[in-house]
Amino acid sequence: MTVFKSFLGATATLALTAGAALAEPAMIYDLGGKFDKSFNEAAFGGAQRWSEETGEEFYEIELQSEAQREQALRRFAERGANPIVMAGFAFADALGEVAPDYPDTKFVIIDMVVEEPNVRSVVFNEHEGSYLVGMLAAEASESGTVGFIGGMDIPLIRKFACGYAQGVKAVSPDAEIIANMTGTTPAAWNDPVKGSELTKAQISQGADVIYAAAGGTGVGVLQTAADEGILSIGVDSNQNYMHPGKVLTSMTKRVDNAVYDAFSEGADLEPGFVVMGLSNDGVGYAVDEHNEALITDDMTAAVEKASDDIASGAITVHDYTSDDSCPDLQF
Amino acid sequence: MQDRNGPESATRPGDSPAPAVQPPKAAERGMSSAQPAIELKGISKAFGPVQANKDISISVAPGTIHGIIGENGAGKSTLMSILYGFYRADRGEIFINGQKADITDSQAAIAAGIGMVFQHFKLVENFTVLENVILGAEDGRLLRPSLAKARRELKALASEYGLDVDPDAVIHDIGVGFQQRVEILKALYRQADILILDEPTGVLTPAEADQLFRILHRLKDEGKTIILITHKLREIMEATDTVSVMRRGEMVATRKTSDTGPEELAELMVGRKVLLRVDKTPAKPGADVLQIEDLKVTDESGVLRLKGIDLTLKAGEILGLAGVAGNGQSELLEVLGGMLPAVGTVTGRVRMKGEVLPLSGAAGDGKARRAAHIGHVPEDRQRAGLVMDFFAWENIAFGYHADAGYQRSGLFMDNQGLRREAADKMDRYDVRPPDPWLKAKSFSGGNQQKIVLAREIERKPSLLLVGQPTRGVDIGAIEFIHREIVALRDAGAAILLVSVELDEILSLSDRIAVMFDGKIMGERLPGETDEKELGLLMAGMNNAASGEAA
Amino acid sequence: MEKMPAWADVVLIPLISLILAAAISALVILFIGESPAEALNLMVTGALGSTYGWGYTLYYATNFIFTGLAVTVAFHARLFNIGGEGQAMIGGLGVAVACLYVPWPHWSLALVAACISGAVFGAAWAAIPAWLQAKRGSHIVITTIMFNFIAAAVLNYLLVNVMRPTGSMDPATERFAETIHLPTLHELLAPFSIAFSKAPPANVSFLVAILACVAVWALIWRTRLGYEIRAFGHTETGAVYAGISPVKIIVVTMLISGGLAGLMGINNVMGEAERLVLNATEGAGFIGIAVALMGRGHPAGVFLSAILFGFLYQGGAELALWTSIPRELIVVIQALVILFTGALDNMVRMPLQQVFAALRRKEST
Repeated sequence: MTVFKSFLGATATLALTAGAALAEPAMIYDLGGKFDKSFNEAAFGGAQRWSEETGEEFYEIELQSEAQREQALRRFAERGANPIVMAGFAFADALGEVAPDYPDTKFVIIDMVVEEPNVRSVVFNEHEGSYLVGMLAAEASESGTVGFIGGMDIPLIRKFACGYAQGVKAVSPDAEIIANMTGTTPAAWNDPVKGSELTKAQISQGADVIYAAAGGTGVGVLQTAADEGILSIGVDSNQNYMHPGKVLTSMTKRVDNAVYDAFSEGADLEPGFVVMGLSNDGVGYAVDEHNEALITDDMTAAVEKASDDIASGAITVHDYTSDDSCPDLQF
Repeated sequence: MQDRNGPESATRPGDSPAPAVQPPKAAERGMSSAQPAIELKGISKAFGPVQANKDISISVAPGTIHGIIGENGAGKSTLMSILYGFYRADRGEIFINGQKADITDSQAAIAAGIGMVFQHFKLVENFTVLENVILGAEDGRLLRPSLAKARRELKALASEYGLDVDPDAVIHDIGVGFQQRVEILKALYRQADILILDEPTGVLTPAEADQLFRILHRLKDEGKTIILITHKLREIMEATDTVSVMRRGEMVATRKTSDTGPEELAELMVGRKVLLRVDKTPAKPGADVLQIEDLKVTDESGVLRLKGIDLTLKAGEILGLAGVAGNGQSELLEVLGGMLPAVGTVTGRVRMKGEVLPLSGAAGDGKARRAAHIGHVPEDRQRAGLVMDFFAWENIAFGYHADAGYQRSGLFMDNQGLRREAADKMDRYDVRPPDPWLKAKSFSGGNQQKIVLAREIERKPSLLLVGQPTRGVDIGAIEFIHREIVALRDAGAAILLVSVELDEILSLSDRIAVMFDGKIMGERLPGETDEKELGLLMAGMNNAASGEAA
Repeated sequence: MEKMPAWADVVLIPLISLILAAAISALVILFIGESPAEALNLMVTGALGSTYGWGYTLYYATNFIFTGLAVTVAFHARLFNIGGEGQAMIGGLGVAVACLYVPWPHWSLALVAACISGAVFGAAWAAIPAWLQAKRGSHIVITTIMFNFIAAAVLNYLLVNVMRPTGSMDPATERFAETIHLPTLHELLAPFSIAFSKAPPANVSFLVAILACVAVWALIWRTRLGYEIRAFGHTETGAVYAGISPVKIIVVTMLISGGLAGLMGINNVMGEAERLVLNATEGAGFIGIAVALMGRGHPAGVFLSAILFGFLYQGGAELALWTSIPRELIVVIQALVILFTGALDNMVRMPLQQVFAALRRKEST
């Protein structure tokens, strides 16, 4: 056994030295997996874009378990990957542990703030983007009832819902907002069937525009909305193309830009706090050839004005996570 | 194992190798009378170190009834399993009507004209008779033509052999006797010329058994060959033409039945002289030990299983409870032994030496009954009396395991003490092999029963409940078990004996009560009654007022 | 029936099952264009080739020991406890409650309290299905499965609405106090001058798991309760005959089973995350079923098969890190091992029995 073990140890050392060649960047996807048509996929898209433009390679891993968070961080750091980008707030705790042990490695965390000298924290003002698509939803709605379908019931998704509700109310104060969460487990991120059911339920309650902030579940929402002849709103990536003319708009969250920027800056990236909001195109609403017929000039004007007001501070969009409450929506 | 290869599953298309021998056509039957219907030559089969069959040769003439008798574990079942294709012999040859047969599985056996009626019927309970008969022998994908054909053939068979059964009756609606006929019909429908019956009378009333033997004789007269496996000497003497005796895997003797008698056969089976009669002195009944008044038991489906039982049992006597299985004897034993129905209700009054025995809750469970000095040898020792996967030493405490003497501390059991005690009791009760480290399932039926008896009798109970003490037990052990029960009686215990074997009831009891349909039909003294009278009572016919229960 | 020697049952069958699973996995890996030899090498060196790998392997194994023991104890009473997952979740909640709301001066005290609290919470979660089975005959497989979902929902509600610190995005509790940080194997072995990697989360809970193995062994084969549990498991009629109350055995056994599953919380919640996160159990409750099946009802077997599954998890992580084998296929490989070692036992057993029977025949001639 001991002989066997030391033999294994030797091969392990060999494998490690062979691998540690260059300071390649590394990308860590969260449990949803990199092809979730949403958040992780956007991150993957940014990394991919960088790789295609530079011809360089990068490390990546899709997590399988909670314990792998810290493990993956340490393994990449030990192998000299730099910077290491992680997609998801859930890494905060593990990163807080690991970052001090590797002061020469730069880490980038998306959707969360970790205050360490070698960490860049990128957060998005999703509530602002959601506010704008909420306004569009209220404008486009004829029934006066709009819907929201979230993925897993967590504060981040409530932040989306809350901003959305505030935007709806800003246009038509009497509008009714139906909000549902797909589930309480991570499976809720990838349950298009349930998404479809919830969509039908909301339609039967009168909703004619539905905003899906639900990762892979949103695919079912958009599909059913298109089938039933009502409008839907996509999330994270620009999903307008999925059902041309049936998707009102998409609340874009440019995770890909955050990853691309980090990879491009490489080991020299500037640590600190980065807010991606309306002002720096971190969030926004998508208009392209697939939905331009749905957005009238009046709507554009109203939303653009609101956008400017938010940027200037004339309008404050309430952030659910700041105090765990939402003035315009009851969960 | 048997279920997997049972006849109903045996006809998967395309997996039956062609048997070496075709079933004889009806026309050939007469011609082949010179040849033995079945001939086994030098059959040997070993399971690990155990030689189950050792160089066995027999020859059975066509158109005869051949008995195979032997103790449990003598190798009868193995031999028949080889003949029916469940096992393959390590060595030896099988000839059917003079031709060598290669019986690889039950399909091949059926094709060779062998039919088997198992001890435990292999019928689908919610199918009709007709459906059961064609099951596995359908002619095609569509049922209707097979059914119509089967109906015609069934009718022909029924009239030919006197096997009357309603083809449209559902199996669970008809009695065991009829179910057995269906099994026979199944075999005949598959053109069996050789019929093997494994302990066929175990579940039958005496009258039903008589009827079965009449049918077997009729089949014999029509030219069928019948092999009857049994452990009952009386059946061998009454029904067979020739008999082979097996002992420890060997065929020790083959006799013409008319040239032998029960004493010789018993001696051949056991290998020593056996006392067939129970040797006991007249009972000296003492004070009342158990008084039962108006005991009623309703089971979970609301059926009244005991309809008001009144019985009194005195110290120093054996009360035999006769009856066909399923007429309430089991329920009576269970309630007295503390195995109360989980859902049903029990009412009435039971007193043990004047003390009232609770009939519900934890105060009426097995532990409480044992504390009241009631020992219980349950009817089903494999499911109740023993834990088959426990070692013998674990079983020696079963039911008494909470006794202070078996605990080493508040937390742990005194396993070493248990092993010592088990070794000691196994030695005194002649349990073979006397190894406490064997699991209960590794012992033969008789030795299992001895473990139970050692456990219960050694406690010196005031009342011993005994259910089917010798079911599946070999003759040598029966003698021993009967002696121990009588010895306990002589020591002053009251004994309530339940058995479906009338012989046992008659020879062991000091008093006999007959149960039918949840009621006591009557009481008799063994010297003043006979099998015929008891048989009538067991069938629910009470034409004699004498000896009626008080 | 023909029997095999005991060593074949204990060693040969699992070994052949593993080899079969490995062979099919190799085909899968080949099919997607990777080298099976390299993958195997990565898994073995990554999981067992260093103290780092062992640290992760043992961390996962600790989880599986607890859930495997939970299933094993229930098995002995012929109860199929599918609810290890939910019981471990709620057990983790109990651990978190013990760790969060009491200012423990030292980790050892906190560990004892967390053990008790986790076990009690887990047991309580198993108590309801147990009671329903014992008193109402509701099938425990169904109820425990349902209680897994309820547990997930309860935990989610509590983490999102009650236990999450204000302003935190993560549906998780705050971090436990630094004083109750459980020593990792690195910290435990350092005083003995044994160098153990600092990174992996394997911690003192592993020793608790070993103690639990010994305790379960003693319970099952040395105590009166164990005797009654086994008797009931083998024959319910027999148990009633012997005056053993089925209701009591069902409830008590499930309490013990749930308690063992709940104990897992000291490893994943207190030892690793040091806070309660959503989905902290990550299927360990279900893996426990496979571990128990492979462990053949004996704590020593559970221990060994838990190590095997720990190896699979850690080896799988290494595969994910350094190869482009997709995550889903790694799960396929893990599932193949579970399938072969757990469910397809008879597929290997039957031919093997025939081989032994044939050998014996040859010997006897």
